[in-house]
Amino acid sequence: MITVTVNGQRHDIDADPNMPLLWAIRDILGLTGTKYGCGAAQCGACTVHLNGESIRSCCTKLSRAAGQQIVTIEGLSANNNHPLQLAWNEMNVPQCGYCQSGQLMSAAVLLRENPNPTDQDIDDAMSGNICRCGTYQRIRAAIHRAAELAKEGAKS
Amino acid sequence: MVTSIIALSFKTEPAKKKNNTATVVKDSIGSVRAFMSVYKVLMSPRCMNCHPAGDQPLQGDDNHIHTMNVKRGVDGHGVYSMRCSNCHQAENDPGVHLPPGNPKWGLPPANMRMVFQGRTPRQLAIQLLDPKQNGGRTKAQLIDHMTNDGLVGWAWHPGEGRTLPPMTRAAFAAKVRLWIAKGAYVPSAKAK
Repeated sequence: MITVTVNGQRHDIDADPNMPLLWAIRDILGLTGTKYGCGAAQCGACTVHLNGESIRSCCTKLSRAAGQQIVTIEGLSANNNHPLQLAWNEMNVPQCGYCQSGQLMSAAVLLRENPNPTDQDIDDAMSGNICRCGTYQRIRAAIHRAAELAKEGAKS
Repeated sequence: MVTSIIALSFKTEPAKKKNNTATVVKDSIGSVRAFMSVYKVLMSPRCMNCHPAGDQPLQGDDNHIHTMNVKRGVDGHGVYSMRCSNCHQAENDPGVHLPPGNPKWGLPPANMRMVFQGRTPRQLAIQLLDPKQNGGRTKAQLIDHMTNDGLVGWAWHPGEGRTLPPMTRAAFAAKVRLWIAKGAYVPSAKAK
């Protein structure tokens, strides 16, 4: 039995410790917002937070998450109101949407560590998340917008 | 007393070999020869790819720049949502082209870049011996690092599809010890 805290809720998972964390999140816990893309840590679709770091859950064993804090897209905010989610909506970022939960999870780490990122900072942070629809320009614009929203939120 | 110390300090005849010592006699040719073997290992992709000239790691036997725009970062472990351990686990993921792993996976930090790529044998030997460029290591610590460090050792267990350095780790460690024991001589500028 492996105990994992996901989105603040403790789960005891009866599974092979070598199971990819993504499998446990999707198939056992039913949190399907996190996507399977490549299975090789090449695309970023499966990005979740492990103790605040944006790991690729397809290549991370369940055993690494034992006793740790996992946050998935479902737990990024209480009411889908993280500045990134608001900006994503405002700017209609997704096209097909498949990569977007991974994009948001990576962008959230960027903004946490750098509340006012430059284009270069965004490129450095986001190059591990690919988008087959090519929404990169909107992703970049929405991260800048989210940074503004976060500042406005801090003032109000 | 002072006179004798000064006299000893300026003794001009060659030092005679003592019979009761176990130290290896300094030997510039043997030392450099040993280093050239060390150099071949350090310049192999498994070592050099994480000791790049730039601030991005390398991949593959052709030393191409790591895909995904990966950056060194201040601590050598990446930036923002592109930290090494976000993809690289504590052990190799099984399968060709899957992320290799080690608990210490990363580059040298930005303030001690320890570049191998592009270094001549002479440049690399000087760098390895200089505590200001080698992470503050003494010669003994350098030997220990090469011989026992877990991340260095990964080079000999790199996972499926990756070539090995040109000699075993034991042979490599022996060459490092020999290089140092014979005087830690630095190759000439012509050495390749």
